[in-house]
Amino acid sequence: MNRIRFLSRLPSDAAAGTRDIAPVMVAAVPIGLLFGAVAASKGLSVLEVALMSLLVFAGGAQFAAIELWTYPVPVAAILFSTLLVNARHVLMSASLAPKLSGFSRPQRYLGFFFLTDEAWALAEKRATDARITPAYYFAVAALLPLAWVGASALGALAGAVLGEPERFGADFAFAALFIGLIAGFNKGRITVATVAASGGVAALTFLTFGAPWHVLAGALAGILAAYAVARPEDAA
Amino acid sequence: MSLDATTLFTILGMALVTYATRVAGLVFADRLALSGRAKAAFDAIPPAVLIAVIAPTALATGWPETLAAVVTAIAALRLPLLATIAVGVAAVVALRAIA
Repeated sequence: MNRIRFLSRLPSDAAAGTRDIAPVMVAAVPIGLLFGAVAASKGLSVLEVALMSLLVFAGGAQFAAIELWTYPVPVAAILFSTLLVNARHVLMSASLAPKLSGFSRPQRYLGFFFLTDEAWALAEKRATDARITPAYYFAVAALLPLAWVGASALGALAGAVLGEPERFGADFAFAALFIGLIAGFNKGRITVATVAASGGVAALTFLTFGAPWHVLAGALAGILAAYAVARPEDAA
Repeated sequence: MSLDATTLFTILGMALVTYATRVAGLVFADRLALSGRAKAAFDAIPPAVLIAVIAPTALATGWPETLAAVVTAIAALRLPLLATIAVGVAAVVALRAIA
């Protein structure tokens, strides 16, 4: 009886997960194309772009890395930026981990390789009215790489043909993307203080000491500004 | 199809760092409940880093880029993400043509 119910629920959970992630996959295609094209214009090969999208699989960190990318590669600055941009994953996985009760250990450690903002938000929402099954989670989390890796490889192919990113303003695309993303999670005066402190300190540091120190200085200034401006009741 | 050794090393490093942040919650679950100002500071990390990364382009390249960043920010308040990027890129191309 239990076994029959489990079997009949498995495909419906996978279908629900697929349905939930499908619009996100569609939205990821143009962003992936853009990522690949700009990465190629910075000198990365199609294979390198595809490998990064597959192994790192974290849009924000990848955009930041490509924005910082020069030859010789500033490895330490890129890894540090990756750590900071992805630090939010620690809180997301800590919040989701206790809700994956039916998962085996390998399922947890494999599943969290695919943890993105989108998969996390969908899984947390699912947890409010149903149990998160592996079928649901892996549908919601592990299908997105198909769109992301495919689109970034295609973008890299196109970018290699287009060449000269400045002619199309493509070198400004990530700046515009980041501004759009930040407007998306705008939290009023805390975000304004963060952006002002980070932008001002980063620009001054860049002009005084050069890259890559502007990332560290700007990030620290922004974080401190948020701490200073926030009131205890702000982010409960 | 080239694969540079330093680039591969950087990508593997990024992958390792990213995976570590993703599984950290499995190890530290329930011991990470930030609240109040600490939570606000933690939440501010992504915008702080993203702005710091683009600051040289947006604020220290020239007036066309700085003005285009302002135009993009205004567009971002009312348009979806892709439209915002299109407006920003169009603005920088137009302003550079004038400059």
